[in-house]
Amino acid sequence: MKILTTVKRVTDPNMKIKINADATGVVTDGVEYQMNSFDEYGVEEAIVLKENHGGEVVVVSVGPSAATKELRTAMAMGADRAILVETDEKLDSDAVARVLAEVIRKEEPDIVVMGKQAVDSDRNQAGQLLAAYLDWPQATFAFSLEVADGWATVGREVDGGTSTKRVKLPAVVTADLRLNEPRYASLPGIMKAKRKPLDTMTPDDLGVDVAPKVKVLKYEAPEERAAGEIVEDLDALIGKLRDEARVL
Amino acid sequence: MSIIDASLTEAQKILQETARRFAREEILPHSHEWEEAGEFPRELYEKAGSIGLLGVGFPEELGGVGGGALEILMSIEGLMEGMTTGVTVGLGSHQIALPPVVEFGSDPLRRRIVDEVLRGEKIAALAITEPGAGSDVAGITTRATRRDDGSYRINGAKTFITSGVRADYLTVLTRTSDDKHGGLTFFVVERDREGLSISKPLKKTGWWSSDTAELGFDDVVVPEENRLGAEGTGFLALMKNFQLERLALAGYGYTTAALALRLARENVEERRAFGRPLKGFQVLRHRLADMATKTLAARVLTFEVARAIDRGESCFEEVAMAKNLTAETAVAVTYDAVQIFGGAGYMRETVVERLSRDARLLPIGGGTQEIMKEIISRQMGLV
Repeated sequence: MKILTTVKRVTDPNMKIKINADATGVVTDGVEYQMNSFDEYGVEEAIVLKENHGGEVVVVSVGPSAATKELRTAMAMGADRAILVETDEKLDSDAVARVLAEVIRKEEPDIVVMGKQAVDSDRNQAGQLLAAYLDWPQATFAFSLEVADGWATVGREVDGGTSTKRVKLPAVVTADLRLNEPRYASLPGIMKAKRKPLDTMTPDDLGVDVAPKVKVLKYEAPEERAAGEIVEDLDALIGKLRDEARVL
Repeated sequence: MSIIDASLTEAQKILQETARRFAREEILPHSHEWEEAGEFPRELYEKAGSIGLLGVGFPEELGGVGGGALEILMSIEGLMEGMTTGVTVGLGSHQIALPPVVEFGSDPLRRRIVDEVLRGEKIAALAITEPGAGSDVAGITTRATRRDDGSYRINGAKTFITSGVRADYLTVLTRTSDDKHGGLTFFVVERDREGLSISKPLKKTGWWSSDTAELGFDDVVVPEENRLGAEGTGFLALMKNFQLERLALAGYGYTTAALALRLARENVEERRAFGRPLKGFQVLRHRLADMATKTLAARVLTFEVARAIDRGESCFEEVAMAKNLTAETAVAVTYDAVQIFGGAGYMRETVVERLSRDARLLPIGGGTQEIMKEIISRQMGLV
């Protein structure tokens, strides 16, 4: 079984980000980068699939040359080889999906498992768009994944509970937080990852025009929320919800 | 701090990130609880061992993962994101206990203990300091006497031993003859040896989650196999060991400063007084600028010393300089961070409070500030 997974290089979500002076992005001076947290679940699931079914895990990133670090991290976790589609442009989700679609047409994996969204832009679109461009079935927000006989059974987190979906492979599955517990990139794994193959190409090589369809007008910090309050008991809570929040 | 980070290799960055992720997921959520409890769970050693974190700096053939001084710094930088020096030094006590075993130990002994310590199944600690001999290491009186069958009988006492309460293996410096420097010899003593007594954890100013013990040796007998190197090689082994110990302490120093700086900066950006954010006060901005400058200088020197060690250069006095500069920086920057936090900085829930207590050991442990200055001034030809 050939499994393809993706990683995005994002700013460290534990650091406080600041919007730059002209509101065109965030301040990147002194910012550290790491693998998108949701992608850790995708990479882990890809490795688990390989462990259970055999085969190969290919990890793909679309981003700057420095994203080789995130690809090597995925290989240190257990992915077999990596592809970097190198670009310094800020791609919108649609461009990312079209780039990935071209890689996938070449690689012909049996399944794509990727993070449901990136923790920097939180757009939650690339997986869905990718499935549409490939004309493949999709199962998003997975908390469980079973593969057998050419079908994937995916437990999904949906509004108000969970649902189960069966999709015929090849398909795109996007990972939610309860799917697994991502392993660490072990130290011996880091040493091995140095010797695993990493191919680099560009969107041009793939024939994809990455000019953005979405124009970002400006970045704004969300309004600050007032501090929460701990109430004495249930009656006090109901009173506050009724009289102050007016939601009851 | 990007001027250093840019020079790191990809593998070094991934190592740092792995350690950081480990610290954020496995240490940080429990750090307050473990600090108050005065210890962290033993399983943490196994968790760290299972991903190879304890094997950094040790050869692969003995169960390590390779890497040198710079890699050790990377693992320290990552682990310190758990915001507790106690856990970091507790997990790292083998980094100072095992090198004499690796370098001078007999093959059967190395095979028996190194691998299981690096896997986190057993804990190793280094025992040098005595109630009557700290900085004056050649003044130790714990004695190992050779017996007719080749085994040794050890008598004496050790104190301030990091991880000593829980250690399975103790790397113990003893005196095997009266020759001041040439009469010192290291032995490994297993915790279940008859005659070994281990105290309750000592109460300390900082490093709370790391256990510290006093040890008593009353006719403790160990086989010849447990001797590290020939008799009289202890001083040499100790000097070699000090190099990495002091480098690691320098690592704790600048990371402690960096954490305090980060927290103080957030505080200054968020907190308001007299109707404006604290960063609106030039005196505080300049204080932060000084803190950032000192912290970077401390890190840069430590990195350069680590690179020199990895090139195989002897840099005993530069390590001493790095140790002193980082320790002074940690003490000064954590002091400033507490000052910026004000009353909150004096409360036990506040991380800068913990950092300021943890920092205080740095000019004392692993060779005091004064001993470091002796080393440096001797190298300058002043003694």
